[in-house]
Amino acid sequence: MQMQMQIDGVSIELRGQPVLRGISAMLQPGRVTVILGANGAGKSTLLSCLAGLRQPGSGAVRLGNRPVLAMDKRERGRMIGLMPQRAEIHWDVDVETLVGLGRMPHRGRWGPTEADRAAISRAMAATGVTALRARKALRLSGGEQGRVLLARVLAGEPGWLLADEPLASLDPAHQLDVLDRLREAARSGAGVVVVLHDLTHAARVADDALVLQEGRLLAAGPAAGVLTPAVLAQAYGVEVHLARTADGAPIIVPVRRIA
Amino acid sequence: MNAMQRNGLLAVALLLAMLLSLMAGPVRLSPFAWSDGGLTAIILFELRLPRTVLAAAIGAGLGLAGAVMQGFLRNPLADPGLFGVSSSAALGAVLSLHFGFAASAFLLPVFALIGAALGMAVLALLVGRSESLILFTLAGLILASLTGSLTALMISLAPTPFATAQIVNWLMGALTDRSWADAMLAVPLIALGGFILAGTARSLDALTLGETAARSMGVDLGRLQWRVVVGVGLLVGASVAAAGIIGFVGLIVPHLVRPFAGHRPGAVLLPSALAGALLLVLADSLVRVLPTTSELRLGIAMSLLGTPFFLALLMRMRRELA
Repeated sequence: MQMQMQIDGVSIELRGQPVLRGISAMLQPGRVTVILGANGAGKSTLLSCLAGLRQPGSGAVRLGNRPVLAMDKRERGRMIGLMPQRAEIHWDVDVETLVGLGRMPHRGRWGPTEADRAAISRAMAATGVTALRARKALRLSGGEQGRVLLARVLAGEPGWLLADEPLASLDPAHQLDVLDRLREAARSGAGVVVVLHDLTHAARVADDALVLQEGRLLAAGPAAGVLTPAVLAQAYGVEVHLARTADGAPIIVPVRRIA
Repeated sequence: MNAMQRNGLLAVALLLAMLLSLMAGPVRLSPFAWSDGGLTAIILFELRLPRTVLAAAIGAGLGLAGAVMQGFLRNPLADPGLFGVSSSAALGAVLSLHFGFAASAFLLPVFALIGAALGMAVLALLVGRSESLILFTLAGLILASLTGSLTALMISLAPTPFATAQIVNWLMGALTDRSWADAMLAVPLIALGGFILAGTARSLDALTLGETAARSMGVDLGRLQWRVVVGVGLLVGASVAAAGIIGFVGLIVPHLVRPFAGHRPGAVLLPSALAGALLLVLADSLVRVLPTTSELRLGIAMSLLGTPFFLALLMRMRRELA
């Protein structure tokens, strides 16, 4: 079982502007936590604090009892996998090589082991990119690249998986696939934290939700209690329509701006 | 063919080219002529061998430095000269020529190395603890343009036309009449730089996914940055000290290697070093056997080779864009 991730009074300023103000929350492994909030609310900044890539001005993020910033960088790389918001692929490498980069924090001095190869195969199978393994990643469609980059993170088999808007540039079918992969990762015991903009997807995938507003934690807890019209109205300044499909899955649609 | 076989093949080709290079020159020699003793042994051991060793070391250094720079900056047009370390080394050498210190064989390379070291120190001051690539590239540009203009100033202020000619000629880069003393100075520094850069392979691989992803996988960007600066600085500084400025090797070689070795930055490093050595040994043999009155400068030969290379690259890109 993975350890809990504790956000303890995290505040951060960028260029004199407060971006996060005293965020505290406890994130549970085995669950999907969705981070919501308007543009500029501090979602990505919070995610990079969770990944140990940013030093908070005050407060700390802890995994178990250890501050993530105090961990050895490679060890942290094995425990926390991050899928950044911006998809970057810089060289004309094939898909399998690219996915294999995700094993980097595990790799010993002497090349890939059986365990590395097995993890790469599993990650490619889980994201449905096995058939693309020999293709050049740069010549794939945006959606295929998104899945390959998710496979890269999964290949590292992190105990905590952080994804910043992983649905951008995916078509509806692949959006559902990616959400399923994230759910699966949580079911197998990993902690999953996702920044999302689509409220319906968020409501379906989330066990828990954190809603940020101008750097403050507006609401936190089990998703059903947090994703309410009142909270969303305050967070985004929009009126939302809440409905359910025939099988009871939530649909949340923004209807109009609240002046 | 796997990577090991390819690198083995390159190494064998390099050894053959070095043997060929021992034979090439105004006096044609068998590489086994040393057994005769006398004059041929002197030509072989005191002229050709140090020159061949230097060509191989400098070619390997520049090829490796280019591959590391391109991987680090994630830009296939990056060149080891971009940090301004090679032009700082050149400025050091030009100062020693300007003030006529070059009479002693050791002073010019030592001045060049001091120039390279000062260049790296200025770079460190400008960049501070920042990990920003743009800041870094800009600092390199500042250094390169400052040292470049100071070099031009030194040329214009040269005390005699002879000194001017000497400086301009030296700047063009050559391995003519290099001795073991030059090789002894440059080769260990190049070996040290190569050792430092060899350790960057995996971090460069991770940078394929961008800086954020690389950091999340445990890459320490600040440390990587200084490994690259010190390693490239040693390679470029030592090669400028021994041979003047030889351009294009670091730019071209990784491009030649990628179609065979794949595009993963770490996989390009060793073959770039081997292919760089091969290219420079062959080019230096070529300038020796060309029937010119005075030997064609190696630096000029490399830029002449560079133009058709980039033309071919441009044609290919045009076809792909069409």
